[in-house]
Amino acid sequence: MAEVREVILNYVKNEYLEEDDDREVGFDTPLISGGIVDSFSMVSLKRFLETRYKIQIPDAKATPEAFDTVNNIVALLKEFNVQ
Amino acid sequence: MPNMGRYEEVVNSFSWEISEKELGYRPGDIINIGEYCSDRNLRLGRKDRPALIWEGHSGEVKKYTFYEMSVLTNTIAGFLKNLGLQPGDRICLFMDRIPELYFGFLGILKMGGIAQPLFSAFGSESLITRLEDAQTAAIITQRKHLPKVRNIVESLPYLKHIIVVDDDGTKSLREKEIAFHMDKAPRLEKFDIYPSRAETPSVLHYTSGTTGKPKGAQHVHYSLISQYITARYVLDLRENDIYWCTADPGWVTGTSYGIIGPWANGNTQCVLDAGFKAETWYRFIEKYKITVWYSAPTAIRSLMKEGEEAVRRRNLSSLRHLCSVGEPLNAEAVHWSKNVFGLPFHDTFWQTETGSIVISNYPEMPVKAGSMGKPFPGVTATVVDLKTYQPVNKPGVVGLIALKPGWPSMFRTYWRNEATYQSKFKNGWYICGDRASIDEDGYYWFVGRDDDVINTGGHLVGPFEIESALLEHPAVAESAVVGKPDPVNMEVVKAFIALKPGNSPSQELELDIMNFIRKKLSPLAMPQEIEFVDSLPKTRSGKIMRRVLRAKEWGEEIGDTSTLEND
Repeated sequence: MAEVREVILNYVKNEYLEEDDDREVGFDTPLISGGIVDSFSMVSLKRFLETRYKIQIPDAKATPEAFDTVNNIVALLKEFNVQ
Repeated sequence: MPNMGRYEEVVNSFSWEISEKELGYRPGDIINIGEYCSDRNLRLGRKDRPALIWEGHSGEVKKYTFYEMSVLTNTIAGFLKNLGLQPGDRICLFMDRIPELYFGFLGILKMGGIAQPLFSAFGSESLITRLEDAQTAAIITQRKHLPKVRNIVESLPYLKHIIVVDDDGTKSLREKEIAFHMDKAPRLEKFDIYPSRAETPSVLHYTSGTTGKPKGAQHVHYSLISQYITARYVLDLRENDIYWCTADPGWVTGTSYGIIGPWANGNTQCVLDAGFKAETWYRFIEKYKITVWYSAPTAIRSLMKEGEEAVRRRNLSSLRHLCSVGEPLNAEAVHWSKNVFGLPFHDTFWQTETGSIVISNYPEMPVKAGSMGKPFPGVTATVVDLKTYQPVNKPGVVGLIALKPGWPSMFRTYWRNEATYQSKFKNGWYICGDRASIDEDGYYWFVGRDDDVINTGGHLVGPFEIESALLEHPAVAESAVVGKPDPVNMEVVKAFIALKPGNSPSQELELDIMNFIRKKLSPLAMPQEIEFVDSLPKTRSGKIMRRVLRAKEWGEEIGDTSTLEND
């Protein structure tokens, strides 16, 4: 589980923060409501998770709440037996 | 009783002079939007009224009275002038929804500059296209967006200054970069406001078309006459309202009705600089006792998805009037808002070029759920035949929405592109580019765009710009981009892509292309779906036929394919 959390956190930092953006992003940092990942970009984050973990996340489960923090995403992935 | 009174009475007696008189403006006078939105409110006794209540995503709150706003906009105007910036210079605002964006906009206008707001999620490619075209002299931005500006600064010979509003001194600034802290700068009580006249350029908003690069719709200070009165009549803003416009000032709604309209009426505005979350939005309305709320169908449909329970947990009884803009508001959303808020959302129609609301539902007029409403008094509208551009004058017949030029906030040209501007006028009408019909009661009903422009989440995205950027991806041989129906965003971007030899379709490649466009252009432009194809439908002359692909996505008839290459 720790590894999954790290993978997602690193992906978020690398993909959604600018090179010089020095904001602290941790496992509980709000991503969607915090303006780091907007609702359009959330689609690419979902696609990353699906590609990386070979799963299909139904749109109904891909809510702003479910994607709002790395820990929320990890909890969602558990439903798909990704740990 | 709403400000407007009964629509049918007003439509017969209205003239723009009503707005001019209420604003104390006479033809030929000086008219400066920056002054009208700030200093004029002091003269009207609103000195201590909150002008802006701002909340950041981490919960930080800032409040400014009209007096503070007046002084801070002076301070910004003085700073820009001292840098050597001149009236008429294009000054770009490239920031999140922070107070400096709102006050910077008015500060630019006060010193005679032309404000050029750009959406802060734009990538470097989107930025350079718009800054190059406008020959922008200065950019006001935040540290977090500085890397995108630095990436392109060498390609912008007209750019003299990059003003950073939140520099903390931890990283050194480079050539052309200068720090400015609005809250810490020595305050300027008095500033000689630029004596702009009705036709002096004020704002430059870029908008996407089917072909070519984005075009800068140029507005003038006289647009205030429309923006003030439509905010009063359509949004029904009254003296003590607390108003929330959810639009970003990177787009026209965020300036016309997120800055100019409400502040010209002396209203308190609330701004939430945070991403969408239903619970946060409802808490915000409850906390600040929002009375008038102007939002967008995409946001409303997202709230619908979250369910009624989230609404019931909050006391939202302060809400008095709700309006919506950006894309057609479906009937279900109107019914839902009546059910959960006890108020219908009133759909409004306008566009970057019109500068203000031109067709709308009004407080005293029965709402026909799903309809765009009726033309604003003073605006002559119709639908014209698709080929002859003559008014169709028959209920239920679909044509192009057309407006008779002459309302105050009509754009005056496309920046350095007069030929395209002229091409928008046919048979004496300004053609909006949207298809609609008018029913027997005079209500307008939206049908769809008349071109390939994609309306996603209320924002127009040009397929050409995305296709051009896709070609820069090493695996892409050619592409076609169309709008695909979406239950929340109305449309999302879908790309059909033919790969270069040696590349194979894969989920990894799809994600790589998505991220490539997201960073280069913007998250809005990122294809939400990619379909890899062997070849694209083309005319015999080699032009990609987007309409064939679009029709497939929408389940529509393909139409005439006689010019198709391989049919």
